[in-house]
Amino acid sequence: MNLSLLIILPLVTAMAVLFCKGLKQVRTVSLIGASAQFLSALGLLWVYWKERAAGNNSQFLFDFNYTWFAPLKIHYHIGVDGISVAMILLTAFVVIAGVLVSWTQETLNKEFFFLLLFLSVGAYGYFISLDIFTLFFFLEVAVIPKFLLIGIWGSGKKEYSAMKLALMLMAGSSLVLVGLLGLYYNTNLDGAHSFDLVEISRMHIDTAVQNLFFPFAFIGFGIFTALFPFHTWVPDGHSSAPTAASMFLAGISMKLGGYGCLRVATYLMPDAAHHYAPVIILLATIAIIYGAFATMMQKDLKYINAYSSVSHCGFVLLGIGMLTQTSITGAVMQMVSHGLMTALFFAAIGMIYSRTHTRMVEQLGGLLKVIPFISTVFVIAGLCSLGLPGFSGFVAEMTVFMGSWQNPDKWYRLATILSCASIVVTAVYILRAAGRSLMGVVANNQYNQLTDATWNERLAAGLLIIGIVAIGIAPFWLYQLITPGTEFIMQQVGKAVSLK
Amino acid sequence: MGLDFLILMKQEWAVIAILFILLFIKVGSKEWNNENILNLVNVLLLANFVAGLFGNRDGILFNEMFKTNQLIVTEKNILSLGTYIIALQSYSWLKNHKHVLEFYMLLLSTLLGMFYMISAGNLLMFYLGLELSSIPLAALANFDLEKRKSSEAAFKFIISSAFSSGLLLFGISLVYGLTGTLTFSDLSQHLNGSPLQIFAFILLIAGFSFKISAVPFHLWTADVYEGSPVTVTSYFSVISKAAVLFVLVTVLYTVFKPLAITWYNILYVLSVLTMVIGNLFAIRQRNLKRFLAFSSIAQVGFILIGITGSSHAGSASVVYFVLIYTFSNLGAFGVISLVSAITGKEHIEDYKGFYKSNPFLSWVLAISLFSLAGIPPTAGFFGKFFLIMAGAGQGNYLLIIIAAINMIVSLYYYLKVVKAIFMDANEHPIEKLRIPPSPRLAFYICIAGILLTGLMSYVYEYIFSLSTGF
Repeated sequence: MNLSLLIILPLVTAMAVLFCKGLKQVRTVSLIGASAQFLSALGLLWVYWKERAAGNNSQFLFDFNYTWFAPLKIHYHIGVDGISVAMILLTAFVVIAGVLVSWTQETLNKEFFFLLLFLSVGAYGYFISLDIFTLFFFLEVAVIPKFLLIGIWGSGKKEYSAMKLALMLMAGSSLVLVGLLGLYYNTNLDGAHSFDLVEISRMHIDTAVQNLFFPFAFIGFGIFTALFPFHTWVPDGHSSAPTAASMFLAGISMKLGGYGCLRVATYLMPDAAHHYAPVIILLATIAIIYGAFATMMQKDLKYINAYSSVSHCGFVLLGIGMLTQTSITGAVMQMVSHGLMTALFFAAIGMIYSRTHTRMVEQLGGLLKVIPFISTVFVIAGLCSLGLPGFSGFVAEMTVFMGSWQNPDKWYRLATILSCASIVVTAVYILRAAGRSLMGVVANNQYNQLTDATWNERLAAGLLIIGIVAIGIAPFWLYQLITPGTEFIMQQVGKAVSLK
Repeated sequence: MGLDFLILMKQEWAVIAILFILLFIKVGSKEWNNENILNLVNVLLLANFVAGLFGNRDGILFNEMFKTNQLIVTEKNILSLGTYIIALQSYSWLKNHKHVLEFYMLLLSTLLGMFYMISAGNLLMFYLGLELSSIPLAALANFDLEKRKSSEAAFKFIISSAFSSGLLLFGISLVYGLTGTLTFSDLSQHLNGSPLQIFAFILLIAGFSFKISAVPFHLWTADVYEGSPVTVTSYFSVISKAAVLFVLVTVLYTVFKPLAITWYNILYVLSVLTMVIGNLFAIRQRNLKRFLAFSSIAQVGFILIGITGSSHAGSASVVYFVLIYTFSNLGAFGVISLVSAITGKEHIEDYKGFYKSNPFLSWVLAISLFSLAGIPPTAGFFGKFFLIMAGAGQGNYLLIIIAAINMIVSLYYYLKVVKAIFMDANEHPIEKLRIPPSPRLAFYICIAGILLTGLMSYVYEYIFSLSTGF
């Protein structure tokens, strides 16, 4: 399968949107484009399985290597392993749901859909890149559309949030830049340097060099995935963004960071990953607990979900920091699960907000009686978030905890226990928010006139719920998809240990 | 020898020919109206640019006074292209101006000066070219004849330019006294790093720094940029800077190679200062011309990082970045020039709500600013990445970290303008502007340049293949 299709499809759709007239054409074209992406992502999964079943054991499939800037050894090198396929699937789900929930986006609709689709170009390109220059290129492609989406169509203190997000993400990518260049100049491939992920992974980079540049890369990517204490863009950015942009931000964009931490920082600098593991775990544990408690204090539904994202993304970093096969697999599963769940959550919040014009928990109430479908969606997202068995959240978090416990160090065990305990707090805030806003008497008489979800909203929510339940009930397919990829990462990490 | 001087100096002859055509029109009896002149000039400049692309040969003339090779030809073509874009953009402003012919005669004289400067193989020739390129510029800065600020700008420019020329001459005379030669190819054998030589070198670098407005020699920049007509400002910030940068690379990489460690340290300090000061001042500007003045100072800081790379990739990345910078800065200046010519508004606040009334111009300005900020997929990303990458080749990661921090700061102020355009509400936005065909063509060229020069890697590969490194 030609992986470039994943970049070309959204790009073509985005260009086509520019030539459309009126909301109807724009959204139809966008939906067609998003469906095509969705189908090609499913198709990718299908051919990937077929290749693996046929016994193809190479690390990356559908490898394609085109020399881009020959003098600098920069290649457009793409390929996928199970981890990338999982992330691509996640992206495809969120993109199509995002387009569907923006169905009635009146103001500047052409620009809105263009930027959404352009953002997805960045995400797909990022997940298929095997050259760290290309990867960095796509990472940065996704920054400016977010700024514009929040700043133009957002609500509340949108300009502030947009600027904060853009600058913090830019800071992240600047750190990544330093890390990448440091790596590049310390690679030695017959006297030349290389940006190629596969080539770098095969050579051993000096431990001192790794220890120097690992923090740059890890913190840089970490900022994207709300690494404590660089998480402050998350609540503001998410709460100011329009619904679809929140879904993209939490569902896809934060995963770019986690993927980078794993694929670039940990995979290419395994010695340093061991060296810095205690720090990563400390920060991740703080993020998990702090995020959970901060969520308890929030009154705005979007802030609740944004802070809980900080907490949930902490699990991703915890899994990566623990450096066991299971914990890393769990981290990837958590990325997929959280992406779907949080997109669903934001979609539900957006649907409620567009009807009631408030996101404050105390002003809502009794919504289950008037808009049962949306309320149910909200509850499902909440239950997934608090880790109810049967939904993806349980599977993913469970895997992370199992993997973390495998690490025998007593401080690591303590961190695991503390992180586990945060689930109780999660249950408190989720149930409280759901109870106050959905149950009880209808808080406002005007709410009685509200209409329930339209077909597009039902479809968007349905797709995301299918994803969540598919992982929750039958986690083994995702597990098997991811495992070969994480095994390669573990080999790398294991090699680092044995070298010591 | 024979007709060599005709062929090798082809690009210079072309500019001289255009100058003469304009002169004949001026002295002729027939009255031309402005629009015809402008269209004629645009056609001539396009022809000049296209002619520069073909049939170029390497060679040396007049005892190494004048030398040319493919890289020099490419550099001259970049300048020709920039001048063509500027000529297209100045249409709205010059349409009602009384002295169009004089404007272009002065402009082309400076271009001719820059050509000679780039081709110089001798410090004397270089100095002649430099003076030819800077004295008419002062007259150009004064071209808003009714505005006092414009003459003030011209005056400031001529004084600071004379001062920097003085420094350069002092440096050149010391070099001559110490080595007994001014020819580039002989000079490097005589350089051994004695204190007096380093002193002479510092004077030369100071002279160069004035021209490229590197901190702490930047003080004239903002005032001159603000006072001059926008077209002239864009010429200042792109073309005249680019020419000096090209020469700087050649001089440092070939002539002053023996003093490499000295100039690495000097450039290191200069580039850090230039980036930091340029960025910090840019944040506070409210006038867009001043804003771009400081942002272009900061850009020079990034270019200096590329020069410190002192490698094959270093010189290639500088030329490549200048090409991209030409497109990006001219795109931004083009919009400002058009708005300023029609409405007279130049402040960031005036641009609030600009997107509602002028979506096309807004996108042009935004894309240009993204490119200046180094955001992919615009070419600016590649340009900046390669500059920083070349600099990182020296293993000085502190410089790279400082550059990375500056990229964040610069993003902040570029986004501030984008925010004003797209997000801020305004009750009296700039009205919908009609874009005449020639500025429109200029915008298309700039946007195409910004989007394609980066992604199409063979532009870089071509420049790389021409560059000579250490």
